[in-house]
Amino acid sequence: MKANAMSNFEIVTREDFSDVTYLLEVRHPLMAKAAKPGQFVIVMLNEHGERIPLTIADFDRKKGTITLVIQAVGKTTRQMQAECKVGTKLYGMVGPMGIPTHIAKAKKVVCVGGGLGVAPVFPQARGYKEAGAYVIGVLGFRNKDLVFWEDKFRAVCDELILCTNDGSVGMKGFVTDGIKVALAGHNDIDEVVAIGPPVMMKACADATRAAKIKTMVSVNPIMVDGTGMCGGCRVKVGDQVKFACVDGPDFDGHLVDFDDLMVRLSRYTKVEKEAHERWSESCRMTKQVGAAALDALARGHVQQAELLELPDPLDDAPGG
Amino acid sequence: MAKKKTIRTIPQERTPMREQNAQARAKNFEEVACGYNLEEALRESERCLMCPDQPCVSGCPVSINIPGFIQKINEKNLRGAYDILTDTNLLPSICGRVCPQENQCEGVCTVGESLEAVAIGRMERFVGDTAIKEGWVNIPYIEPNRFRVGIVGSGPAGMACAADMAKAGCDVTVYEAFHQAGGVLKYGIPDFRLPNEVIDAEINNLKKLGVKFECNTLVGRLFTIEQMIDEMGFHAVFIGVGAGYPTMLNIPGDSSNGVLSANELLTRCNLMRARDFPNFDTPLPIGKRVAVVGAGNTAMDATRVSLRLGAEKVYCVYRRSRTEAPARAEEVHHAEQEGVEFHWLTAPVAVLDDGKGNVRGMRCVRMELGEPDDSGRRRPVPVAGSEFDFETDLIVYAIGTNANPIMGQTSKLKLNKWGYIGADDNLATSVAGVFAGGDIVTGAATVIQAMGAGRKAARSMKAYLGIRDPGLPYISAEGAGTLFGIDARERNFARVRIA
Repeated sequence: MKANAMSNFEIVTREDFSDVTYLLEVRHPLMAKAAKPGQFVIVMLNEHGERIPLTIADFDRKKGTITLVIQAVGKTTRQMQAECKVGTKLYGMVGPMGIPTHIAKAKKVVCVGGGLGVAPVFPQARGYKEAGAYVIGVLGFRNKDLVFWEDKFRAVCDELILCTNDGSVGMKGFVTDGIKVALAGHNDIDEVVAIGPPVMMKACADATRAAKIKTMVSVNPIMVDGTGMCGGCRVKVGDQVKFACVDGPDFDGHLVDFDDLMVRLSRYTKVEKEAHERWSESCRMTKQVGAAALDALARGHVQQAELLELPDPLDDAPGG
Repeated sequence: MAKKKTIRTIPQERTPMREQNAQARAKNFEEVACGYNLEEALRESERCLMCPDQPCVSGCPVSINIPGFIQKINEKNLRGAYDILTDTNLLPSICGRVCPQENQCEGVCTVGESLEAVAIGRMERFVGDTAIKEGWVNIPYIEPNRFRVGIVGSGPAGMACAADMAKAGCDVTVYEAFHQAGGVLKYGIPDFRLPNEVIDAEINNLKKLGVKFECNTLVGRLFTIEQMIDEMGFHAVFIGVGAGYPTMLNIPGDSSNGVLSANELLTRCNLMRARDFPNFDTPLPIGKRVAVVGAGNTAMDATRVSLRLGAEKVYCVYRRSRTEAPARAEEVHHAEQEGVEFHWLTAPVAVLDDGKGNVRGMRCVRMELGEPDDSGRRRPVPVAGSEFDFETDLIVYAIGTNANPIMGQTSKLKLNKWGYIGADDNLATSVAGVFAGGDIVTGAATVIQAMGAGRKAARSMKAYLGIRDPGLPYISAEGAGTLFGIDARERNFARVRIA
């Protein structure tokens, strides 16, 4: 076993599930070997980028790859959506971080994934299946068009409950309605694993509180290093303050203070929005430059060789 | 020979170091202290008495031949001075800046008994910077041996250990979790105290010695310490991961937005370049008024970074008095000059929020000093009924760090009751072949102490691997001297004991 140069994170597969959700499969044989369900990575798109935590959605030890499923919600994730193509490389990817999910000797487990939590709950569902548990999957999407990985989940779940807000596929309702169905059908559920936006995980924890079913959630707060150094990712769990990166990211959902988590997640909303607007603006500018260059070429003002050196905006230029 | 110098014949005043004007520098990230030029260094070198006791050498954690390098400066032989420095310290530009010399070499200087001590640190920095400018590197003759050494953490402890092991002929790989090497020197210490170019220059010197740096590698999680020894073919491993895990105050309101650790503030600003937002993506909205809690060197860095990021008012809140402040006097002085407002004998009791989870102020209580506590410092006691509120929109905790838990979580290493890695006097851990040093063993300390620990661990590792220690130079029968331009000591120190 030898460590390869840790600066070469090539994207080998890209898949777009919808306008906002996309999958990147990144080559990192060592990490694929080490990764376990529940862990995350920190990614840097380029040298000027920020470090963003992303939960590992899948890992393939044979191929030596790590799969990330990303929702384009902020500046960095949108920029990744625009720039990450097969063959391009990420500037940084470090992990697997966090304490792996404790795949307990549970006999019957409900794995709940909603929105950006659908993909990260997959390794856990598979982990439980491999450990011999009866796995009930509950997945929530807004509508039929946004559904992805149904096959993958069907392969590792004994039962799969699909929920959509509009009922276009599966049952109409939220994942909490799906949990209710699961709980109604089984009175011997040992554990519920819920991953998704904080508000969803909160609702899931509330749904199981009365029945006192152990409910684990995976939190993904703002962090910088991911190694326990900055303390930005601190969450209130019971009467303790925990760092999600090294004490988590899995915590007992009945103890996590979700309101506190949601407030803390909002702390850079304003600057984040500004950054995104500035970035969108600069993209538009680049496109205009591309178009202007084509125009100039048509008028014979620019040598063709010079034009060839311009980056890909030409691809996007109308009629170009 | 020149007449012997006495305390009366040397320049009486310590040569001052030029500094950026306080008002100007509080707005930029350029270095505060400009460093000596040749003339200034020569004048200061005159002040060393070349006393026979050399207390400075024993005051130095790595025992640099201080009178030796000062003598070379005095002879205008800067390359010679650099050679002497790098005999024991590969990182003179860093140490010249960040060592607390007043407690080390300069604290015991003979001249310092009657006048101001010789400015050893400033001269060290001058020589180191000259070397960077001139592109000097001292690459000793290295006889490669068959040993592979893994180093976890690229901070000062890891760098120092890597240098010594590479010089001894080992194949050294340094692992770093961040995307850039340097550890606390990069993410913690701001550019105006230690410019990144200086760190990179010193790291490049290590690379020239053959040291490999692997960034983006979280040891413990990507592979374990045990795997390094059992599967990856490392014969010895040094752990120098630092303490890191920041302490929060645990007062009401701690989790409000706008309360952050000094580590987070400094990492965002220094490593992630939030100060160049939006050119760099990491944000760090600083607010108008910043309150930094604590009075150590990290706290001073946090106050001064906040000023430079554009805060209108920066307060430093500390529960003891100025005398007890752990920061170097020079740092407190610099912060004060730049306009930081100090509130001594003041302790925060609650963070006040605006009802939407954002910081709006801090409730504090006045303190007075009581009986000395375990640390020998007088214990601060709250004055009843002295609570008061003040407005602030960013609160930075710089009150120390705890042990990072990752090593403990992922290996069988024995930890002490505070979670630091247990190591014996030779810095050997409970796992054979694995050594540890720096903050992860002792708890938070200084850069030079970490470097000292890295070198001490290197000595132990060499003993463990059976490599002759260069500290005990083997002199050939023909006597010392050079052969084909190679110093005899350098030629021989990489001998491997035949088992």
